[in-house]
Amino acid sequence: MQMKKNLVTAFLMTLVTTVLLGVLFPLAITGLAQVLFPRQANGELITRNGKLIGSSLIGQQFSSPRHFHSRPSSAGAGYDAGNSGGSNLGPTNASLVARVQGDTKRLQAENPSAAVPMDLLTSSGSGLDPHISPEAAEFQVARIAKQRGMSEDSVRKLVRSHTEFRQFAFLGEPRVNVLELNLGLDQACSVRVDCELPPQK
Amino acid sequence: MTANGWLQILFLLLAVFAVTRPLGSYIARVFSRERTWMDLIMRPVERALYRLTGVDEIHEMEWKEYALAVILFSGVSMLLLYLLERVQHWAWLPWNPQKLPAVAPALAFNTAASFTTNTNWQSYTPETTMSYLTQMAGLAYHNWISAAAGIALAIAFIRGISRREQKAIGNFWVDLVRGTLWILAPLCLIGALLLVSQGVVQNLRPYDTAELVDPYQTPTLGPDGKPANGTDGKPMMQTIRQQVIAQGPVASQEIIKELGTNGGGFFNANSAHPFENPTPFTNFLEMFAILAIPSALTYTLGKMTGSQRHGWAVWGAMAFLFLAGVTTAYWAEARGNPLLTSAAMHGPGFSGGQTNTGNMEGKEVRFGVANSALFATVTTDTSCGAVNSMHDSFTPLGGMVPLINLMLGEVIFGGVGAGMYGMLVFVILSVFIAGLMVGRTPEYLGKKIEAYDVKMAMLVILIFPLVILVFTAISVLHPFGTSAMANPGPHGFTEVLYAFTSATANNGSGFNGLSANTPWYNTSLAISMLLGRFMMVLPVLAIAGNLVRKKQVPATLGTFPVTGPLFTALLIGVVLIVGALTFFPALSLGPILEHLLMRAGKTF
Repeated sequence: MQMKKNLVTAFLMTLVTTVLLGVLFPLAITGLAQVLFPRQANGELITRNGKLIGSSLIGQQFSSPRHFHSRPSSAGAGYDAGNSGGSNLGPTNASLVARVQGDTKRLQAENPSAAVPMDLLTSSGSGLDPHISPEAAEFQVARIAKQRGMSEDSVRKLVRSHTEFRQFAFLGEPRVNVLELNLGLDQACSVRVDCELPPQK
Repeated sequence: MTANGWLQILFLLLAVFAVTRPLGSYIARVFSRERTWMDLIMRPVERALYRLTGVDEIHEMEWKEYALAVILFSGVSMLLLYLLERVQHWAWLPWNPQKLPAVAPALAFNTAASFTTNTNWQSYTPETTMSYLTQMAGLAYHNWISAAAGIALAIAFIRGISRREQKAIGNFWVDLVRGTLWILAPLCLIGALLLVSQGVVQNLRPYDTAELVDPYQTPTLGPDGKPANGTDGKPMMQTIRQQVIAQGPVASQEIIKELGTNGGGFFNANSAHPFENPTPFTNFLEMFAILAIPSALTYTLGKMTGSQRHGWAVWGAMAFLFLAGVTTAYWAEARGNPLLTSAAMHGPGFSGGQTNTGNMEGKEVRFGVANSALFATVTTDTSCGAVNSMHDSFTPLGGMVPLINLMLGEVIFGGVGAGMYGMLVFVILSVFIAGLMVGRTPEYLGKKIEAYDVKMAMLVILIFPLVILVFTAISVLHPFGTSAMANPGPHGFTEVLYAFTSATANNGSGFNGLSANTPWYNTSLAISMLLGRFMMVLPVLAIAGNLVRKKQVPATLGTFPVTGPLFTALLIGVVLIVGALTFFPALSLGPILEHLLMRAGKTF
């Protein structure tokens, strides 16, 4: 059976392969990634006026009525990108049903003319979903236009320019990046007279 | 369900089918030590490795020595992982920018067992628990070697079938090294860079802090996780102005996590996290990486045993069960949750306040219902356990599909290696049953299947439900078990059942509402994982060691053919009957009951 010989090999193999696969490989990939794809490898960070304001891949909470709102989030206190996760509420959990009922009523009051899109009522698996569906953006267009004194059509145009379609025309689902859309909205407003700047907090 | 959803599902299956032959035949060449184009780079590395570790590459092992090598290697590397977790806070160790403290003993033991056994069950939140060093040199490292060990075991079993009147089934160290260098390494290099190009992060920087565009108010949470009240009795509010963004060497771990069917996320949200799985293309790539090697191994089986049609017959059974699972999950999730959609719950006069686009709780918009149901099926058909949506929030029947996939022993494509030898146990059982029906000694590819082989196969089949059901029963009867359930009603039972099934099947996905970071669950799940890995490996290697001695008997008219649709159908039947009947009572207490109650409008 050669117990001793195999035990020695097990020790040496663990050490050598740890260095090779556990240290050298990730370092090599890090080096290559930083050279070939520096933006992607560091999280596609967005800065405004020299300040880091987020990542285009990570969703944020928006509560002002002048911004498009993201989906509900269960990551930490909401969109906590240091503590990702879903609600893990089961389908028959009364608190899930109560939450959805409450949100439905609130959103229904906000826009009585349309049905509430399902993704605005459900929290994502990561709690960091950067997207909403195009229907969920359309649902909020009237509110944004009213709050910002813009025409619905110009808001809609902005939404369309921030809508991503299926990758290679068939993979995934159409979606709108909420943070990028809101940044576009703030920028569009700052050059328009009929649109006040967002109130300072 | 949409046409586009089905297109994506069938495209994945087609891509997996297309890679089966080239990759499978390459794997066979690697383990038969034939020349390949990779020799130029890898042969010198291989030689150096053997010199450094004292491996005699000519030496061949009998099954007992092979098993001993597997267990020694697992034991030593598990110990090292445990130590690394316990000392990750030492100041002189590199790559701990968040200054994370040492991992607690029970959790460190659970995690070490979890990653050594290719389970990757996670009782912890990685971004707040594990340093970059632990993730790279501890967790990702085990992703590599537990996968390579799995492939080695499958190849050893195949040698047991294909070799005649011999004793040895190969050299574990050689199989381990060749699997790593020739198969995993080149695929991981390409895959990792593809992932980075899409936005999977790869860096060693500290977490970033972003200033929020729109700061917001939220209730302050007390130590119990519930909103806390101030001295005036009103809920205390806090203003969130910043967002901490966790970073890390993700891509290099992400690719081996999928390719090695490991499934341990760099982040808590696993492949739902945008930094692990940012685009629909990365989602496709990850599912493809999960299925590629397990699927290819069916071709390797055919090639090494000289019966290519048998390899395809096994593949056919896997593909059929895969489609059956994904169809059910996709249907259930697309149908949605009637408790959320029924206008009735809003009282009379309510004009239907939502559109039903399926059950989106716990799912990402970029993947939608189709890709979430597909990913859940893929990850549990194999022993992967990565998730891109939260299984706990699936509809009862949608969540039952991953659970059943695990209960069938993950033989539908299966883990790298583990799925192959699991399926071969079912194959042995199938030819045994067929042999009983025609009244002859069963044969499998020219080898007589005798009492010893069937006994060992039955051990594999029986130990599995024994571990799951006993631990589940103990957990649901005691407060230390039930207090961890996040969801009341039958769903809570399903959470516990899923946890032990996932651990014993070495999958690692979970109904993650279960607060499993307790002494009871950390210990019992770790034991389940170890039993699930090594109590399977030993009988499987014993069968291989027994088969390899036997001589070839020529096929006669009475031999039951292990090729063609008849065999495929029999194999599907055996997998379903053994798996489903064993667990049907437990399933009816969990997801089936919950489904009926949900249709009746009951909440808990």
